[in-house]
Amino acid sequence: MKDAFTITEINEYIRNRLESDGVLGNLWLKGEISNFKAHSSGHLYFTLKDENSVLRAVMFKGSASSLLFTPEDGMKVLAKCSVRVYIAGGSYQAYVTEMKVDGIGDLHVAFEQLKAKLAEEGLFDVSRKKPLPRFPKRIGIVTSPTGAAIRDMLNILGRRSKYPEIYVYPVLVQGSDAPPQIIEGIRFFNDTKSADVIITGRGGGSIEDLWAFNDEGVAREIARSEIPIISAVGHEIDFTIADFVADLRAATPSEAAERVVADDIETKERLKTAMDKLAMGLQNNVAIKRSVVQALNMERVFAGLEKGIEDRRLKTDQLADNLLRAAELIIERKMQQLKTSAAGLEALSPLAVMSRGYSIAFGKEGRPIVSANDVKIGDNITVKLSDGEIGAEVTNK
Amino acid sequence: MREKKTFEQTITELGEIVKKLENGGTPLSEAMELFEKGVKYTKECNKMLDEAEQKVKILLKNANGEISAEDME
Repeated sequence: MKDAFTITEINEYIRNRLESDGVLGNLWLKGEISNFKAHSSGHLYFTLKDENSVLRAVMFKGSASSLLFTPEDGMKVLAKCSVRVYIAGGSYQAYVTEMKVDGIGDLHVAFEQLKAKLAEEGLFDVSRKKPLPRFPKRIGIVTSPTGAAIRDMLNILGRRSKYPEIYVYPVLVQGSDAPPQIIEGIRFFNDTKSADVIITGRGGGSIEDLWAFNDEGVAREIARSEIPIISAVGHEIDFTIADFVADLRAATPSEAAERVVADDIETKERLKTAMDKLAMGLQNNVAIKRSVVQALNMERVFAGLEKGIEDRRLKTDQLADNLLRAAELIIERKMQQLKTSAAGLEALSPLAVMSRGYSIAFGKEGRPIVSANDVKIGDNITVKLSDGEIGAEVTNK
Repeated sequence: MREKKTFEQTITELGEIVKKLENGGTPLSEAMELFEKGVKYTKECNKMLDEAEQKVKILLKNANGEISAEDME
């Protein structure tokens, strides 16, 4: 018998015994994670336990980086591993190479984890959402050029309005190449400032098919975009991370096409309403002005005359003349333009007052006659009508 | 050359004009100008919608990684 083993010797002996074992070299363990620690090196340290027992475990960076989800305490997992001796620590532990969430599935867990993480960072906050343009001139679409999604969107867009230009950035929408391509598409429109709004999405599919839109990189690119983004992934019931972070979630690609641009029929209706409001606004405005101008004229002209202050009267007359001449000029010019610009406007015009039978009479010096005292019998006066002038003589008063 | 105004800019300005004119309190000559401008913008908007021909382009990358827009079939 050997005198005594060194510690290293016995640990190495045990290691060799374990490594030659047919079971311990490659097995699946089922247990719950506790004492989870993600070291800055990228290695994961934790213990796996059941009701009665615990086992230390380590997952090295190389294996850990391919995990879809982030392990946490209390999570029930299946771990593929070998159980080996750690010589320096005199202990044995599980060296995990693969890990799956036991029960609900990795993708669901990964989805919930990323959702919680980005929500925590505030990426889904309503305050971050950018308003969509109401009438985009350029619509960028990041999707597959061959799927049903793009066909549906182009159909609906074409039916609603021909005004926007549509730019399709073709990408894969599933598989591991999809996320970098989607990111590239969003970045292209931002870098070149070549779209007023972006739609990104795809048609329906399984959670695996839609996975590119649950990618963290895609989510962050959507958040970073300066151009507003509409996400349009799958069907009504499918929610993706892209939906939460986008400025607008459309339930389907078809809905995105409906939300992104107003229907021409509605827009034209709005333009008609605007036209009516313009006419009404001008009509009201003219009516108010007319009464104000009249009141001002009365006050200024007659108050001045009554006081008998000569220079003020002269000045007032002059002002009144200027006002009248200016008003005439404006009205003449405007009416000429108005007649050609919109139908039915004559009814609003100050000139229409004259065409309804009113006229202005001017005295000898071309001053408007505002009082019977301004003329004597026998005076020649000029009467201005809406379409010209006539001469007349005062025969009685 | 002055860049052409987009539909969105034009209809937004139209909205402002309508609001101003509806509020009243503008001098008569300005009210006339607003009205005239409003009519002009309304026409321009209608024209932009009527004359638009839908353009659908696909962005293709060449061997050098340069992207160009081609008509989409």
